[in-house]
Amino acid sequence: MIFLKLFYEFFKTGMFAVGGGLATLPFLKNMAGVHPDWFTESMLLDMIAVSESTPGPIGVNMATYAGFQAAGVLGSIAATLGLVAPAFISMLLIVKILDTFKENRYLQAVFYGLRPAVTGLIAAAGVTVAAGSLLVLPYSGDVLSLFNLPAVGIFVVVFCLIRRFKIHPVWYLLLSAGVGVLFGYLPL
Amino acid sequence: MKELMNLFFSFVKIGAFTFGGGYAMLPMFQKELVEKHGWTTEEELLDYYAIAQCTPGVIAVNTATLVGYKQKGFVGGLVATLGVVFPSFVIISLIAAILNNFADLPVVKFAFIGIRACVCALILDSVIKLGKKAIADGPALGIALVVFLLAVLFDVSPIILVVAAGLVGLLVQGRKFTK
Repeated sequence: MIFLKLFYEFFKTGMFAVGGGLATLPFLKNMAGVHPDWFTESMLLDMIAVSESTPGPIGVNMATYAGFQAAGVLGSIAATLGLVAPAFISMLLIVKILDTFKENRYLQAVFYGLRPAVTGLIAAAGVTVAAGSLLVLPYSGDVLSLFNLPAVGIFVVVFCLIRRFKIHPVWYLLLSAGVGVLFGYLPL
Repeated sequence: MKELMNLFFSFVKIGAFTFGGGYAMLPMFQKELVEKHGWTTEEELLDYYAIAQCTPGVIAVNTATLVGYKQKGFVGGLVATLGVVFPSFVIISLIAAILNNFADLPVVKFAFIGIRACVCALILDSVIKLGKKAIADGPALGIALVVFLLAVLFDVSPIILVVAAGLVGLLVQGRKFTK
């Protein structure tokens, strides 16, 4: 029964790919080796490209794509549910623990340390995204060509707009996509 | 029932407009969950991210389950989780079925130059907002800076950083308990 097998394989992936997103990649590689009839390792590159250039959590996108390749729409449902199930179950357990110990001062002390740490991690993730989108790497020796100028322009303008106007991020994303396309087709 | 629908569609919106995975989802979480619906606070969002970082699964799903559960119990958690994966599911199935060369289309590549730049700006804005809540004193600022530098310069695993920061928090705050 391929759907049960897909569910099981992606359940394992969801269970052990801690931290999300591309942490699923090694598991998918392994899966391609064990089940070559589902998808091949060379298809993984396409899957990453599509997962990164569509909305949604990357891990979920990868599971949906892989499941679809293996067994169509039902396959993608089985794979996605499998991937999501461990997170879902572990969160239900944790929420119970949190509710019980919410007022515990030791837990409060732990969270006092966690909150700035997560802020630092998010800032670090921002730097990674910025390096991949605002810069043109590797550095060729010419400072001007180091920067993706249209991207830097969009970044600066959008950041100023965000700080000034409290509209929904969706609008900024749509606007930026449009400007990106415009820049792309302009004969510069 | 109305509240469940609200939960579902809010998370559909979050799933549909997140580009680049977990951390890029934060600006959407802040807008939809904190500012618009008041289902959670920015401090709680940070706690959820910390928990998600050390537990199995995709950050988005972890957060959806926690927020949904808080609002409407088990069913709420389920509805929020299904909502956040729903757009991926539809979009990816369509692409896998019809548009195999989707990622290579010029128009998609150009749009993503804009989207990625926008995501940088959104994340920077989120970090500023969160920092104001999370960093209340000197030790907290120290933790944030050390974690940031270790993550950027040495690529230290987030799990290790989160566990270590929890211990530091316990040490810094725990000293006050015995006084």
